[in-house]
Amino acid sequence: MAERLSPLARFTPVTTDDLRIAEVPFLTQVNLRVDPKSGAAADIGLALGAPLPTGPGTYASATGYDVLWLGPDEWLVVGAQGHDVEGVIRAAAGDAHVGVTDVSAQRTVVAVDGRRSRDLLAHGCALDLHPRVFGPGRCAQTMLARAQVVLTARESDEFRVFVRSSFAGYLAAWLLDAAVEYLPDGPVTSR
Amino acid sequence: MLLIPCPWCGPRDESEFHYGGQAHVAYPADPSALSDEEWARYLFFRDNPKGRFAERWNHTAGCRRWFNAVRDTATNEIQAREVTA
Repeated sequence: MAERLSPLARFTPVTTDDLRIAEVPFLTQVNLRVDPKSGAAADIGLALGAPLPTGPGTYASATGYDVLWLGPDEWLVVGAQGHDVEGVIRAAAGDAHVGVTDVSAQRTVVAVDGRRSRDLLAHGCALDLHPRVFGPGRCAQTMLARAQVVLTARESDEFRVFVRSSFAGYLAAWLLDAAVEYLPDGPVTSR
Repeated sequence: MLLIPCPWCGPRDESEFHYGGQAHVAYPADPSALSDEEWARYLFFRDNPKGRFAERWNHTAGCRRWFNAVRDTATNEIQAREVTA
């Protein structure tokens, strides 16, 4: 079998005390569309271990899954690499009217972590990223440096940036450029 | 840049949205009965008021939902919005 390459396989991670940028490749991502008031939505929530979040811009964390609110009847379920998330959801939904689509290859994930993560993302994102507004448990679909992304805020200043595979190289280069002022050694030359 | 309040996501930059033109333009009940002029009027003719204007917006870079908003075309103030199916 051919070796599988992630979109940012050639990206050299940034690891400093104040800022860490690294790809989290190959996460399993499943787009789920279901009526939030239906029994199927409740069953899927039970199977995943957390009710589907109904508050706009929030996500729920369960053991092994993050369930991100994308719309009033749309969620993104994120699991570990190789995990059969689609199978779990389909088994829970049975014959109910749901849309389950594996979109793992659509986006890759960049983890931005450290004391400077908010400052870095704020260079290209119009949202208020202050922890009071965008703290752990919040997610948003928005533009980061003119690229469409899904942002999730995690504990202790960590963000996960879901970016389209074809935009990942551009966004990684942009992140490195925006991060120059936070890196002790100045610009990073990416290959 | 306008700051447009998406009914789901809250206030976001105008660049995240796609404009959908005038709201509440009903599809003709019996399109085949229309004359060419009436059909052209349905397709191409829209109001262009100075003041309150109900229009459609789609939050393309966010939740991708359509909604209606009433915008004052003179001041760009958005006065009301509603979720559409």
